[in-house]
This record gives sequence, C-alpha cells and structure tokens, in this order.
Amino acid sequence: MSELLYRATNLTKRYEERTVVDVASLEIERGEILALVGPSGAGKSTLLRLLALLEAPTSGSLQFQGVEVAMGGARPSLAMRRQLTMVFQRPLLLNRNVTANIEYGLRLRGLKAKERVAQVLEQLGLTDLARANARNLSGGEAQRVSLARAMVLETPILLLDEPTANLDPYNVSLIENAIRSINQQRAATVVIVTHNVFQARRLAHRTALLLDGHLVETLPTEAFFNAPDDARTAAFVRGDMVY
Amino acid sequence: MFGKSLIEALRLILQADTALANVIAVSLQVVGISLVIASALGIPLGIFLGLKRFVGKRLVIALLYTGMGFPPVVVGLFVYMLLSRSGPLGQLGSPLVPALYSTGAMIMAQIIISFPLVAGFTMAAVLGLDSHLRLQLHALGATSWQALWTMLVEARVGVLIAVIAGFGSIISEVGAVMMVGGNIEGSTRTLTTAIVLETRKGEFSMAMALGLILLLISFIANAAMLRLQGKALDQ
Ligand SMILES: Nc1ncnc2c1ncn2[C@@H]1O[C@H](COP(=O)(O)OP(=O)(O)OP(=O)(O)O)[C@@H](O)[C@H]1O
Ligand SMILES: [Mg+2]
Repeated sequence: MSELLYRATNLTKRYEERTVVDVASLEIERGEILALVGPSGAGKSTLLRLLALLEAPTSGSLQFQGVEVAMGGARPSLAMRRQLTMVFQRPLLLNRNVTANIEYGLRLRGLKAKERVAQVLEQLGLTDLARANARNLSGGEAQRVSLARAMVLETPILLLDEPTANLDPYNVSLIENAIRSINQQRAATVVIVTHNVFQARRLAHRTALLLDGHLVETLPTEAFFNAPDDARTAAFVRGDMVY
Repeated sequence: MFGKSLIEALRLILQADTALANVIAVSLQVVGISLVIASALGIPLGIFLGLKRFVGKRLVIALLYTGMGFPPVVVGLFVYMLLSRSGPLGQLGSPLVPALYSTGAMIMAQIIISFPLVAGFTMAAVLGLDSHLRLQLHALGATSWQALWTMLVEARVGVLIAVIAGFGSIISEVGAVMMVGGNIEGSTRTLTTAIVLETRKGEFSMAMALGLILLLISFIANAAMLRLQGKALDQ
C-alpha cells in the first residue's frame, strides 16, 4: 500500500549566500495528505517548489518515484513533471476569462475535457464567473480559479501553497472538502502549505513543522498536535512561538 | 499660403503620378521589411534579456539603452562607411552585402536604428510580468516553449507598443536614409527624403502632399496594430 513518492536527504536550497531550505530528511508516501506548517519566511514555498521539480536544489538528494532529480541526477522529464501540479501562493492568473484559465493546463496537453471544466467550476462555486475576465476577480475568487486550474488536470500529485489564505469560512470548507475528495476518490497525494494549524489538523494525515529552513519534525497529525517530540512544535501549536 | 498649399496638396494626391506612386512604394517596402526584421531580432532579444540571467547582462542592457537613443545620423555614417567600396563589408563584394545607395542599404540602417527600441520595450514588458509566472506555467505542465509563448501573449500590450515604437522610428527616419540611400529618384527616394527635397526646392504643396500621405500611412498602420491589440485594451 504505502509507496514512497518522495525521499529528500540533506536537501538544501541557497539563494545567493542564504540557505533557505535545509531539510535533513523527508519522505512522502503516495496517497497521503501532508501539511507543511511554519512561520512566514521559514522556506515552505521554496520547499514546495523543490518538490514540484521547478527549481534545482543546491545540494543533497531528492528522489521522485525512485529517480534522483537533484544535482547529478536526471533533469525531470515532461512526463514526470506532468504527474504533479503546484498552485502558487499568489494566484497567477492569465489575462483571459475564467474558463480559459481553467482550460490552460488541459490545452497544453492537447485535451479539451469540457465536462471536467464544468464540474470543477461547479465544485468551487465558480459557475457564475465562467465568462468573467480573470483580472476583475476578487482575491478569493482568483484563488479559487487558481486552484480549479490545477484540480481540473487530475494529476496524481497536488502541491498547494496556502490555497485558502484569502477565503471566508464558507469557501475554506468548500476547498477543504474538495481536497479531501480528491484524496479519497483518486488517492491523490496532497502536500499543503498552511499558516493555519487548525487547517492542518482538519485535513492532514501527517504534519511537518518547518523553521528557518529546517524540518523540526514530521508526525502523524494527532501526535503532532497532542504529543509532539519537540518543544518548538508544542510552542508553535499553542501559538506562542517566539520566532 | 498654408491654406492654398493644402488645397494644392490634396489635388496633387488625387492625381498622383507614377513618380509619387514610386516614392510611396519605396517607403512602404523599406518600412515593411525593416520593421519585420527589426521585430524578428528585437522581440526574441527582449524576451531573452527579460528572462535570463547571464554574465555581462548589464553591459548588454547598457548598450541596448544607448542604441535606443542613438542619433540615427551616426548610424547612417556607420553603415555608409561599412558599405562603401573601401569599407570592411563593401570590400567583400558579396551578394549578401547591400550596395550603397540601394534600398538594401536603407533597410540595413533602419534595422540598426529601430531594433534596440523593439528589444528594449519588449524587455520592459516581460520584466513587468510576475517573476513566478513562468514557474507557475511549468507547474501546470507547460514545456519551455509553451511557457514562453504564454508569457509573450501575457505581455502582448507591451510587445505591441515595442513594435509601434520601432515603426515610429523607421517611418520618421530621414538623415540616415538620405546618407546611405542617396535620395535617388525612382529607386531610393522615400516620403521623408522627398519632403526634404521638395521643401528645399520651394515646392511646398508637393512637400505637404507627401507629408499628408506619410501621416495617413502612419495612422493606418497604428490603427491596424491597435486592432491587433484589440480586446486587451478594453478590459
Ligand atoms: N528567488 C529567491 N531569491 C532570493 N531569496 C528568496 C527567493 N525565494 C525565496 N527567498 C527567501 O527565502 C526565504 C523563504 O521564502 P519562502 O517563500 O519559502 O517562505 P515561506 O515559508 O513560504 O513564507 P510565507 O509563509 O511568508 O509565504 C525568504 O526569506 C525569502 O525572502
Ligand atoms: Mg510562502
């Protein structure tokens, strides 16, 4: 059942002279929902971009489905990259209407899939906005379109960077339900970055804390919240961590 | 005098002779070919400078900015010296090198004058895109070419302005074109050089007729490019 999807060992990412990510060990299994939490600037988005095979690590090893993709390894192939989708923290929508934005990734693959588009629009409460230009959307609407654009691709792996940061409670639960159903119905693997520890608790099978680029610990969500090994995890969960 | 010249100018346009038609044809040919080549060089260069990091990029950009404001007459002088019979290119006698006093020489000068403008404005348009956009497109499964194309489409308003700026510099050019083309009737006389000539001769009506035609061509070309830009402006 449990198949290893990612294995990162001593994985680092440096920008100029600054080491932003320095993860000693992280393993992600197929079919799980993993939440990455941590304060602003901890390197969550950077780690996610590494997992999305978008940037080359500075050093260390990153195995994706058993293939080394870090320094010295293979350059990730298109087929490999198309198994995953990442939704960026800022919704980077194209200057077209909502439907065209959602169809974008399908078009890249030479697909049409009209029903899938309609279904995703419906699922994220965007049907009425289908013809609206993406530039005129509110922050929360744009964020949902950005998520829809990724979900419609039905990739086995979904990497989400703060997908509910701009949303009201109703839309937060809409999106959490969507994530849950992707995970349950298609056994998709989801890595979700969030500031919100409660969201991690509601959604994730396992939760990891990132501090200053280091992975403090990765635990089953229950243990992460109730009996963490590290004092810093306990402090972060209580909300009184001094950064 | 102005009003009378204007009426006379309109009459001249309406009964255009072959000499006038020829001047217009040469102008359109030089402007069209120069703009296509300047865009074909400038747009990719602008995209490249907007996206890639490499050693010496600052120097290239500094040179580009210099090129954007470079006096066309100096470019004319430069091309003149290159192409003259004793110049480094003229000496080769190659069929690829245009002769001095030909439309080819004028096109060469026009390209050198206008492509830095196209490249510079394209670069600015690309730099205006979100720095994460390319990665987001890759994350949605785009190949490098697909991502590049999408970014060009996203920057379309700016890229079109780059082309319009290039067009403006080409269609209004006189000095360099006069130097390397020679303003020869029937072969290298363009609208701008003909205006200079007619004005010197005191033929104000003719000069004005030519000026009106130039204005019209410029307006039609820009209106066409604006149509291309189309919806992007309405939203
Ligand atoms: N391309 C880059 N060049 C230089 N520094 C960068 C780059 N990307 C990120 N950084 C720096 O790396 C650090 C970590 O950034 P990252 O975006 O990964 O943080 P984060 O945990 O996602 O924060 P937030 O919760 O605020 O989104 C930050 O200090 C940031 O300034
Ligand atoms: Mg972030």
